[in-house]
Amino acid sequence: MHMPHTLQTLPLVTLCAMALVACGKSGIPPAAPSPAASELVVKIGASAPLTGPQAHIGKDNENGTRMAIEDANARGVTIGGQKARFELLSEDDQTDPRIATVVAQKLVDARVNGIIGHLNSGTTIPASRIYNDNGIPQISPSATAVTYTAQGFKTAFRVMANDGQQGKVLGEFAAKNMAAKKIAVIDDRTAYGQGLADEFVKSAQGGGAQIVAHEYTTDKAVDFTAVLTSIKGKQPDLVFFGGMDPQGVPLVRQLRALGLNAKFMMGDGGYTPKLIELAGAAAEGTYASLPGVPLDQMPGGKDFSQRYEAKYKQPIQLYAPYCYDAVNAMIAAMQKAGSAEPAKYLPELAKIEHGGVTAKIIFDEKGDLRGGAITLYQVRQGKWQALQTMSGAPAAAP
Amino acid sequence: METLLQQIINGLVQGSVYALVALGYTMVYGILGLINFAHGEVVMVGAMVALSAIMLLINSGLPPLLVLLAGMIVAATACMALGYAIERVAYRPLRNAPRLAPLITAIGVSIVLQNLAMIIWGREYHAFPQLLPNSPHMLAGAVINEVQIIIVLAALAVMAGLLVLVHRTRLGRAMRAVAENPAAAALMGVDINAVISVTFMTGSALAALAGIMVSANYGIVHYYMGAILGLKAFTAAVLGGIGNLRGAMLGGVLLGLIESLGAGYIGDLSGGFFGSHYQDVFAFFVLIAVLIFRPSGLLGERVAERA
Repeated sequence: MHMPHTLQTLPLVTLCAMALVACGKSGIPPAAPSPAASELVVKIGASAPLTGPQAHIGKDNENGTRMAIEDANARGVTIGGQKARFELLSEDDQTDPRIATVVAQKLVDARVNGIIGHLNSGTTIPASRIYNDNGIPQISPSATAVTYTAQGFKTAFRVMANDGQQGKVLGEFAAKNMAAKKIAVIDDRTAYGQGLADEFVKSAQGGGAQIVAHEYTTDKAVDFTAVLTSIKGKQPDLVFFGGMDPQGVPLVRQLRALGLNAKFMMGDGGYTPKLIELAGAAAEGTYASLPGVPLDQMPGGKDFSQRYEAKYKQPIQLYAPYCYDAVNAMIAAMQKAGSAEPAKYLPELAKIEHGGVTAKIIFDEKGDLRGGAITLYQVRQGKWQALQTMSGAPAAAP
Repeated sequence: METLLQQIINGLVQGSVYALVALGYTMVYGILGLINFAHGEVVMVGAMVALSAIMLLINSGLPPLLVLLAGMIVAATACMALGYAIERVAYRPLRNAPRLAPLITAIGVSIVLQNLAMIIWGREYHAFPQLLPNSPHMLAGAVINEVQIIIVLAALAVMAGLLVLVHRTRLGRAMRAVAENPAAAALMGVDINAVISVTFMTGSALAALAGIMVSANYGIVHYYMGAILGLKAFTAAVLGGIGNLRGAMLGGVLLGLIESLGAGYIGDLSGGFFGSHYQDVFAFFVLIAVLIFRPSGLLGERVAERA
């Protein structure tokens, strides 16, 4: 049970004071003193849902990005002979594709040098057009929908394997390793959830499994009893959910409460410490995947997670290390190009080779991570345990 | 058959929660003609405060039921204070303003409450401790647990209590008088401000109760939980006839049943053409259909527009 310490002691009176604090711009750091003449100010735009049901994951992204930027400022980076100072402009996209485009335009207007974001595929895809039109390089730490990099945008990159790879691996695992015969699928109708579920279905059917039900929900729902009851009647031996943990938690709880004994599987949206903490015993046995290798096997994973916990007083939720890598890959490209001008460092970013925390970051011609691995996890005795890591390399990759 | 029974149980539980929240909307509307859009957030605050209180007490060695009761009392008190404050700050100064003005402040209040809760309790989901027995019971092949039974019973009890309050007590008579004609009620010696404050406080206490019920049922609490719930409950209140207590109850249960049966069968009935994600569309379609034929809701009375 993690509770902020302030929670128990905070008297109601202080609320008003906090309200005043809230009125100040919370996302943007206070204006720094005017930079020295020789200093190069590089603005990194970041966007993720900082409010709404996925705020905890969005804040995790912002933390990872912020940590990379503070590290870079602390170690002192020079770009083209000039000392660079990095600034974070963080915007809340509320998981809403429409707001994402507004936020994207706002960041473009603020003349950011590069974008780290967004979190969800549903927001990343519409926003990517705006960044592309303005020639601003964008690295999404976590958008996994295939479409994102398939639009032919030179500015779109991501640092994890996509859902084409992830869904394929999950579907194969379900059909072959778990020998699931009857599978029920639920997705949250977002670009991510739907895309992942569709890839999963294709791959599972290819492996000989039968899809007995395909039901739908939204990324704001909390009650799934109706859908689950209807699924229960079809007696599946595996329930797959394409969505994020705010839905995954009540879903798995209700699944068990209804007496459904099927196994439960999610994609990367389910691989969070919160899923276990909140779903408790119901989470036991749940499968989930995450592009990349397990944190303790990442090149810099252990060190990163220790520093993250020391700094933010909470464990990594999901994508923070990927955000950290995205920022550092971008900075590395700027250093190579000797410029933070988007047009100048973009070609360098496309051919960057950056040894990151999560993996070696090399992009293919579409902007996808080359040779991205995918790891399957299962909740065992209240902990995520890595089952196996598979290469998610697409067959078409050269 | 088991599936149908299970879907009806699902709908009844969900509907009872909607009904509890809808009662708060309907009470305020009945008296002020105002839609208190901040009500959903009061539900959330109730759940959050209860959680904090319970976490303080949980290791004190008190029996779980007592801890839950204490949490309920603290939450209800906090929400009553909050309800009073909202009315005093956001609505009372605008009582004679055009109708749109208090609607805007209501939305404002709900945004403020949501963000305050985010600052105080954080962005993450919290687990709501399981204090009530939660073992599944089989009922002709369908599953129901204690929390769900309590939710349905509590909704019925609250509803009965409110009916007694409004129709059998002195305060209730004052409420009805204010609802009918505030000016005349004031002339007859009814303290309008006090009656309105009490109405807000009662509604907010119910919201706290609903918040705890929802949290106990789903096991999670989050600062965003009030938004969707509030919207659904508001829909339920309109469906049943806003301003009418029995209507709120009927509307809530109906909405719950429509959603659950809709989501459960729409896919199979339409041969997969409509999926279960159309459940909200289905619910709102029913709402529109009802409003076309009965503009004041199922049990609502047609009242002349108040000046």
